[in-house]
Amino acid sequence: MTTEIIRLDNVGKRYDDFQVLQGINLSVRQGEKIVICGPSGSGKSTLIRCINRLSPHDTGTITVENQDVASKQGSANVRREVGMVFQNFNLFPHLTVLENCTLAPMKVRGIAHAQAEEQALRYLNRVHIGSQAQKKPGQLSGGQQQRVAIARALCMNPKVMLFDEPTSALDPEMVGEVLDVMTELALEGMTMLCVTHEMGFARKVADRVVFMDAGQIVETGAPTEFFEQPKHPRLQAFLSQISH
Amino acid sequence: MQFDVAVFWDALFSYPFFKGACITLLLALLAHSVGIALSIPAALALDGPPNPLRMLLRGVLSVFRGAPTLLQLLFVWNALPQFFPIFRETWFTPFFAAWIALSLNEMAYQAEINRAALKALDKGQHAAGHALGLSGWQIFRYVTLPQAARIAIPPTANEFITLLKITSLASVISLQELMAVTSQTVSTTFQFSEYYAVALVYYLVMVYTLTWLQGRLERRLSWDHVSPAAKNVGLVQRTLARMRRI
Repeated sequence: MTTEIIRLDNVGKRYDDFQVLQGINLSVRQGEKIVICGPSGSGKSTLIRCINRLSPHDTGTITVENQDVASKQGSANVRREVGMVFQNFNLFPHLTVLENCTLAPMKVRGIAHAQAEEQALRYLNRVHIGSQAQKKPGQLSGGQQQRVAIARALCMNPKVMLFDEPTSALDPEMVGEVLDVMTELALEGMTMLCVTHEMGFARKVADRVVFMDAGQIVETGAPTEFFEQPKHPRLQAFLSQISH
Repeated sequence: MQFDVAVFWDALFSYPFFKGACITLLLALLAHSVGIALSIPAALALDGPPNPLRMLLRGVLSVFRGAPTLLQLLFVWNALPQFFPIFRETWFTPFFAAWIALSLNEMAYQAEINRAALKALDKGQHAAGHALGLSGWQIFRYVTLPQAARIAIPPTANEFITLLKITSLASVISLQELMAVTSQTVSTTFQFSEYYAVALVYYLVMVYTLTWLQGRLERRLSWDHVSPAAKNVGLVQRTLARMRRI
């Protein structure tokens, strides 16, 4: 459990005159579960989008399994090994649930059709949605769509999973089913970085919780000390806000 | 009112009218195919921050969109041979000239339709494709294109119907398409209503067939649920709306 899988060194990024990320240092070990929280606009989503190069960073270095994501080959390799789940699911609406899950394994990994389908059904069953495989995403509820999105990412057999506010666009009663799937995944030993405001999930699953504000990492700690003894005044204020 | 049904029927099944209709349909199909084929790369090339090449493409397209189709037809048929000797050869028939002119004209319109369809897609689709490791080309082929095509079908079918009728302009460069045949027949017989009715029937049959095909294609590519009741109403209404534009 000591192998480092992701490393960010002094990472910075700006949009025009707005500094989104500044001096970010973070090291993630294999199997580690990290929850990132912070007020909106603090750079949480940008941070994890930089890891798989959906947003290019400007300064510093990001490596995943010692591959520099800034290089063309590096980013291609990293995207193959890092799965991502989005706030708005971003399923492909013209494809069935099953086709959503088989597209990348077939086209990127070159897996045969039958094998890709078999694997897709296995993961769809694992997120408890195997019976909906032939439906189009538009026929499913938000919670079901997000579980399909998780299965789609898992079908690439990623070494790391990134979650970008996976429950923020869901109706309250559907949040639980998605968090359950994420918890199961965590228990199986997946390396996870989750941007989320689900503090219950953070307490239960996270090895470390990271608090960001104004593009910087303000405080990092194990859930118990993070929630019980927050040091930084900004984090104390944030926690008292969200505990309402 | 005079309407000689026998004359109408004879003309309807006569070879010249049938041939004229075939030329009309063939010209429209060929011009639109080339127009679409050229418009997809044009639409993709237009998408992005302004640079000299993009400005140039935009300028060329705006000329094709701005100039009257009749002028473009006459230019290709009469002026091109003056610039390039290759267009003085015997293969350069009125049909070829009309095909070239209408293809370029159609490309310019279709590029705008395609650009709008591409713009209508959620940016998250690209992000999802990239996050899964798909290449830029794979994202275009498997994610963007099928979704944009579905969005582009109704305006594209509209475009085709307009084009089908615009082919009648090619009669001025002596192409023997449906309207040319009709006008010539009328000018010798003065039986206006019979022959105009024949032309109308041919145009309507072509437009109705196309509208039916459009409906089928839309349903095949659609990913949202359509209730069976809505389908029939939609087809009839769409066709009526089209016909009003003639």
